[in-house]
Amino acid sequence: MMDMNQYLDIFVEEAKEHLQQLNTSLLQLEKNNKDKAILNEIFRVAHTLKGMAGTMGFFKMQTLTHHMEDVLDMLRNERIVVNPDMVDILFECLDALETYVNTVSLSGNEGDKEFKNVVDALSEILEGGTGNGKPAVSQTKEQNPKENDGTPSEKLRVDLNQYDINVINKAFEAGMNVFEIHVELDKGCLLKAARAFIVFQILEKNSEVIKSVPKVEDIEDERFDFEFTVVAITNKDREFFEKEINSVAEIYKVEVTPVFPQHLEAETTEEKVPDEAEMPAKTANVQEESAQTPKKAQKPKKTVRVDIERLDTLMNLVSELIIIKNSLEANLDNADFDTDSIEYLERITTSIHDAVMKVRMVPIEQVFDRFPRMIRDIARELDKDIELHMFGKETELDRTVIDEIGDPLIHILRNSADHGLESRSERAKTGKPPVGNIYLRAYQDGNNVVIEVEDDGRGIDIAKVRRKIVERGLETPDIVASLSDKEVIEYLFKPSFSTADEVTDLSGRGVGLDVVKTKIEALGGVVEVETAWGKGTKFSIRIPLTLAIIQALLVKIGSEKYAIPLSSISEIVNVKPEEIRMVRNQEVILLRNMVIPVVRLNEILEVPDSIENQKAITCVIVKKGDKLSSFLVDSLVGQQEIVIKSLGKVLSNIKYIAGATILGDGNVALILDVNSLAL
Amino acid sequence: MANNDVEKNNRQFVVFKLGDQEFGVDIHNVSIVEKYMNITRVPSTPIYIKGVINLRGEIIPIMSLRAKFGLPEKEADDDTRIIIFKFNDVVMGVIVDVVSEVAYFDDENIESVTSITNDRSLDYITGIVKHEGRLITLLNIEKFALELMSKDTAER
Repeated sequence: MMDMNQYLDIFVEEAKEHLQQLNTSLLQLEKNNKDKAILNEIFRVAHTLKGMAGTMGFFKMQTLTHHMEDVLDMLRNERIVVNPDMVDILFECLDALETYVNTVSLSGNEGDKEFKNVVDALSEILEGGTGNGKPAVSQTKEQNPKENDGTPSEKLRVDLNQYDINVINKAFEAGMNVFEIHVELDKGCLLKAARAFIVFQILEKNSEVIKSVPKVEDIEDERFDFEFTVVAITNKDREFFEKEINSVAEIYKVEVTPVFPQHLEAETTEEKVPDEAEMPAKTANVQEESAQTPKKAQKPKKTVRVDIERLDTLMNLVSELIIIKNSLEANLDNADFDTDSIEYLERITTSIHDAVMKVRMVPIEQVFDRFPRMIRDIARELDKDIELHMFGKETELDRTVIDEIGDPLIHILRNSADHGLESRSERAKTGKPPVGNIYLRAYQDGNNVVIEVEDDGRGIDIAKVRRKIVERGLETPDIVASLSDKEVIEYLFKPSFSTADEVTDLSGRGVGLDVVKTKIEALGGVVEVETAWGKGTKFSIRIPLTLAIIQALLVKIGSEKYAIPLSSISEIVNVKPEEIRMVRNQEVILLRNMVIPVVRLNEILEVPDSIENQKAITCVIVKKGDKLSSFLVDSLVGQQEIVIKSLGKVLSNIKYIAGATILGDGNVALILDVNSLAL
Repeated sequence: MANNDVEKNNRQFVVFKLGDQEFGVDIHNVSIVEKYMNITRVPSTPIYIKGVINLRGEIIPIMSLRAKFGLPEKEADDDTRIIIFKFNDVVMGVIVDVVSEVAYFDDENIESVTSITNDRSLDYITGIVKHEGRLITLLNIEKFALELMSKDTAER
């Protein structure tokens, strides 16, 4: 076993990757359970894991994956059909495997847990499926609502899978008729769902509806435009349905077309039943695409696994190099020296820094990928319909940020799912569609990466927050009344502040948003909230792309040197003292007809020996979001690449200061926190 | 000096002076004693925080014990030292007038202060020891660090 130890890390790393792939595929399977490519992918992952576990001697893991493989094989060969319960069990397998892998990474062995219930559940499926257990039709029915979740096309086509075709073929063998029935309601119809309901009553009394576009639930919830199409197996004839359905009020048109078995057989290979000639090509295309996409994703990139600590060491060395370079520059300023080689050195250090930075960049996908599963579980727990839309998964962030950003995002997402999105009934009352949406976006914005979590829920009840502030005794009613909405929202980020009346498992304990804020600020980022009552809430997290090394402008105030991140500087201007005017108790300067508030850094930073009353005052114009402020400084030192250092735990939350850096002469300069200084 | 009388209940202390008063700190928490160096002032901090120094690439906050104890400030001279403390992951430095010695004190000779008073401001004082005819006050510097950090959270 000694020999195996060196492979443990590799095993854990690779297993985690496979489990992530499994997670993604299972979520896809849940949405689209007839896609064979997905099943094949899941099978492949289970198979690989089985092999890996076997090699390492993790027999419990091997047993579990072996059972999974058996079930998946049956699914692949269409001996049984995917249903939601089965997906649940597969998710449980995933959880069990994750537990194994985590145990392995901690202790080097797979632990004692057997996950017997999961293995039993798998065996049950195997036994239930191999015999001719459940009647075919009932299985189809279970599966019905999951199908055709795509938006209805113009003509509301009904796509039939292999299974449906089998059912239909059996129906023909039994001498039944199969019809595709297309119903159009009157455009002026007010009670669409009610009319559709009556039609369905007629259908269900006289036939077996095997397919419906849109889904039956959607029709019940009035989520359809005036038409719908069903496929029904019946012993009645075509005229009967035409007559019966036409007798319902406000029906505009009924089309009953027979579906024929030979027609179906011809297309079996496509697994779809086109009802018109133009269809086959289209469906085939779609099939091909969905079959190819996972293949492309599988194509392995050539990579080298590197321990993150080694990268950190490399990064530290680069930091040292830059400090030394700065010190060289400072020392050689007076000396007679070839400036070309110094410039060359500078270019190289900058390139090395960029390269190392890039090595450390990882797509945020890693973090995002676990959210669909989480949202799915939350949705079930809360009995809400939640759709998570993710954008910008490819956005890259520093590895350190990726490691830290997960927890705050989970907090915010849970918050949105729990407090943000309303219950189904509440949404219905306010005329919103029953499915609540959460949008998760990531994108790069200059030197920052922005991550947004937006929901279309009820929004933040500002009045309620105001009341809570008073109730909690945080402020007096007078003060609360004078606060702007934005300021009120800030209170949500105070420790132990929660507006939820009921504490749920998910959130509402008042631990959350304050933790989120602390975490994000520790990463040098900011959190902002926008909310519209009744419409939704948007949390925006803005974090700097690079954490360690930035370009900064060094300025002098009195005898002290400060660094201002170049990314937040918009320009530098000189003004005469008389150009600073007072407007509503605030000093401002006028720049190209813009009124820019003035921040006297020497006063705010309590610099003892600042030179006042100069003839020309240097103003560093900084931007905070889209607002500008003018920082008054004594003089400029120059632009420099600086290495950001933390002030340490004792001084971790000093106002106005974002960190410190070591200058070429070995002295420390403080980095100004533009966000807290700007007005 | 007293290497030979190391016993189980003997602990080693760094002894330093502020004016005429002598203080001792457990050597376990002392990572190094440095000569005075240039300190960068940090704004909006308590008066006794003098600023930060660059100690071989690491930024370390520096506190003045004189300011903390309400003693008049004294210009740094050749004797002035910065004692760098390390408590778990918290590092901070303390400016003292002079470091006089490193000595072993027997636990038996350390008078507990709680027996004298209940004053909370004496929390930093862990005991008083009589050493070669002098009275040395033993300090728990970690309390200052903790106090600073908790103040920080309260202000937020």
